[in-house]
Amino acid sequence: MAVVKLQRPKLNFGEKIYFGALIKGFILTMTHAVKSLLGKSVGAETLASSGLGVTMQFPEQRWDDHLPEYYRGAPALVTDEQGRERCVSCQLCEFICPPKAIKITPSEIPSDDPWAKVEKRPLEFDIDMTRCIYCGMCEEVCPEQAIYLRKDYLITGLKRADMVHNKKRLYEIGGTRVGLVNKWNELK
Amino acid sequence: MARHIRARTAPGPSSTSIRYSYQAMSDTPSATAEMKLPKDFAAEKGMVNVQIDGIWHQFPKGTRMIEACRQAKITVPHYCYHPKLSSPGNCRMCLVQMGMPPRPTPGQEPQRDDHGFEPIGWIPRPVIACANTVSENMGIRTSGELVEKCREGVMEFLLINHPLDCPICDQAGECRLQEQSVQHGRGVSRFIDMKVKKPKNVDIGPRIRLDDERCIMCSRCIRFMDEVAGDAVLGFTQRGTHTTLTVHPDRLLDSNYSLNTADICPVGALTSNDFRFQMRVWFLKETPTIDVNCGTGTNITVWTRGNKIHRITPRQNDEVNSAWMPDSHRLNFHYIDGTSRLTEPLTKSGDKHLPSSWADALESSAAQLKEIPAHQVAIIASGRMTNEELFLARALAAEIGTSHLALVPRVDAADHLLVAADRNPNTTGAKLILETEDPYAGLDSIRAGVRDGSIQALIVLGEDLVTDAGFTADDLKKLRFLLQTSVLANPTADHAHVVLPSAAFAEKRGSMVNLSGRLQRLNRAVEPQGQAHDDWEILRDLMLALSGEKNEAHQIEDIFKVIAGAIPAFSGLTLSKIGHQGTPITETGYQIPLLANERARKAAGLING
Ligand code: SF4
Ligand code: SF4
Ligand code: SF4
Ligand code: SF4
Ligand code: FES
Repeated sequence: MAVVKLQRPKLNFGEKIYFGALIKGFILTMTHAVKSLLGKSVGAETLASSGLGVTMQFPEQRWDDHLPEYYRGAPALVTDEQGRERCVSCQLCEFICPPKAIKITPSEIPSDDPWAKVEKRPLEFDIDMTRCIYCGMCEEVCPEQAIYLRKDYLITGLKRADMVHNKKRLYEIGGTRVGLVNKWNELK
Repeated sequence: MARHIRARTAPGPSSTSIRYSYQAMSDTPSATAEMKLPKDFAAEKGMVNVQIDGIWHQFPKGTRMIEACRQAKITVPHYCYHPKLSSPGNCRMCLVQMGMPPRPTPGQEPQRDDHGFEPIGWIPRPVIACANTVSENMGIRTSGELVEKCREGVMEFLLINHPLDCPICDQAGECRLQEQSVQHGRGVSRFIDMKVKKPKNVDIGPRIRLDDERCIMCSRCIRFMDEVAGDAVLGFTQRGTHTTLTVHPDRLLDSNYSLNTADICPVGALTSNDFRFQMRVWFLKETPTIDVNCGTGTNITVWTRGNKIHRITPRQNDEVNSAWMPDSHRLNFHYIDGTSRLTEPLTKSGDKHLPSSWADALESSAAQLKEIPAHQVAIIASGRMTNEELFLARALAAEIGTSHLALVPRVDAADHLLVAADRNPNTTGAKLILETEDPYAGLDSIRAGVRDGSIQALIVLGEDLVTDAGFTADDLKKLRFLLQTSVLANPTADHAHVVLPSAAFAEKRGSMVNLSGRLQRLNRAVEPQGQAHDDWEILRDLMLALSGEKNEAHQIEDIFKVIAGAIPAFSGLTLSKIGHQGTPITETGYQIPLLANERARKAAGLING
């Protein structure tokens, strides 16, 4: 690799004592302070200000309504319009997940279950949210349209174990998605 | 430009490469009359010249075109063909283009090119490569427009009624249909009618599940059950797209070889109940090792993820198990991480076993053994031990100074295919290592010795004396000291003063000799559970505790080296030289019945082998 030699910029006396820059910064800060007291902060609307200035008082106030359609939050499992869990534990998301956050234990659906013809579903489905990088690969790879990145971004816990979303939690976050693949709902 | 002509003998890898120039010979006009043509050179060796994708090769007469291509390192996609089964040619996936020299009119000399080959006249329709054999000056094209179109057509037909089951189908990841449809499929179906519905999730036997919609009617399973397992319970009913694989109405697919049908089924129509929905195959690591359930020493692959074994499948070895294995042996691995597994050393105090450290357990064993006169100590070893372990057991007997060393025989019915009557996997190895004709001979006298009090201490290596060796609980209670190494908890261990947890077959390395005298290798697929130790390490550590010497055997190769120096049959070998296919080291005269059947069918030209 070629070595690039950089020349230090030549500073004049004013720049060297940087006092002028301090004053400039102070004036800027004061201007904004005065503007915010007068309720005239620029961008307060779009940044969902909580009142004073542009600051949102998180977590009392939330960003939720402002999330764009394509926002990638916590991955979660969804059920279909008939309450059937869409996931068939094909383990493709487990395979594709770059940080190996997903762990699935597949199982057979017992023959007395109304959805026995689907044959397979996850017994356990864990996503380790300390590992998840919100990349959305799982959503992209899923052949059953069973896993989606939802808008939940507030994933907290007191222990590492709290940060692992189990199957129950994943369905709570995910809820229902209607009108997607219908392989199992037709006359089959 | 002289072309490369590759001569191939039947098994493939031992092929020689010859280069000869027809042109050089034709330079001398006088030699033209007796000039030898490539076909003459080939005929001398019982071979024929075949051009595959533009390159000339030599193959033995009678080779199937598909095998010829495989030997030329070109894979022809196929479903129904299996080298160990007859070739009905019913899937049509293996279509290739064939060409032969045009037949000369009477009196006309055939044309020849610079190398002495006749020009190939390509036949405009395809032929199946699996059921046709090669002939002199034949040409085969495995690619090109005609062949590609044929494959695409066959794939489209096969997928007309195929369900979109891949996400739940156990075969996904090792499915030939998936692979070929990536290569030759359309991606989008042109078929607009309703798909034919067939029975799904059918219970056709205790270990196999059938999904008829996924079946591509290759008939491999039918032929396997008929030709290899000798229990023709499978067959087709209906016709055309309604063809349905089914089991005979009064029968079940319950042969002890039924799981092989799941292995050879190119799609997910037949799946194993045991492995079904357990784990995706793309997560699994394959370890080549051998089966230890009988003296045949079937070659197997152990499929693991992390420290868990998910399935075992047969590994091809034409000198041992061909490509098959019995279900009873295949499924005998769940105990390895089962609930009765021993995971820590135990020492008895009063009536109870208490967990202990390895150092303490070994030290107390050594101390108790030293209190008993050497001739009152006996070692009962196991025919399930590897050569290395048996060698150390012999060394341990020498260290103690006792001559009482015997193995526990284990005999059950043979099945005339692969399962041998001798259920110990290493009887032949024990004979060689212990240098005795009958390693089981001393067992009765040890038992008698225990009963009359002349034997006061027993070291039991991996055997359960109560269940398998005719000892009673009262016999064992008489002993002053009983040391047991074992994988699982058992009645003998209940009475042992010290119990040392040892490794199961998939957790250790080592070698065994099968009934036909073939030295084969065990490989470690998973780590021993809990604090269990490899058996050879336990024996080494016990010897060190007894002698107080320093350890000089750090790895199993060290033990094998000593064996190679001490036992003539092993001389010159190392563990790595054994290879994955094993190496014959002694002649026993034992014939594996399944191989005899297979060789007879091969000799009769029914299969390729
Ligand atoms: S979003 Fe990415 S990192 Fe998170 S679970 Fe899905 S695939 Fe894994
Ligand atoms: S890819 Fe979809 S169907 Fe497959 S295991 Fe993941 S969530 Fe379930
Ligand atoms: S048999 Fe193959 S192609 Fe058919 S559903 Fe199973 S994995 Fe998919
Ligand atoms: S079940 Fe499998 S092996 Fe048997 S005919 Fe169908 S596709 Fe072939
Ligand atoms: S492999 Fe040749 S027809 Fe099936």
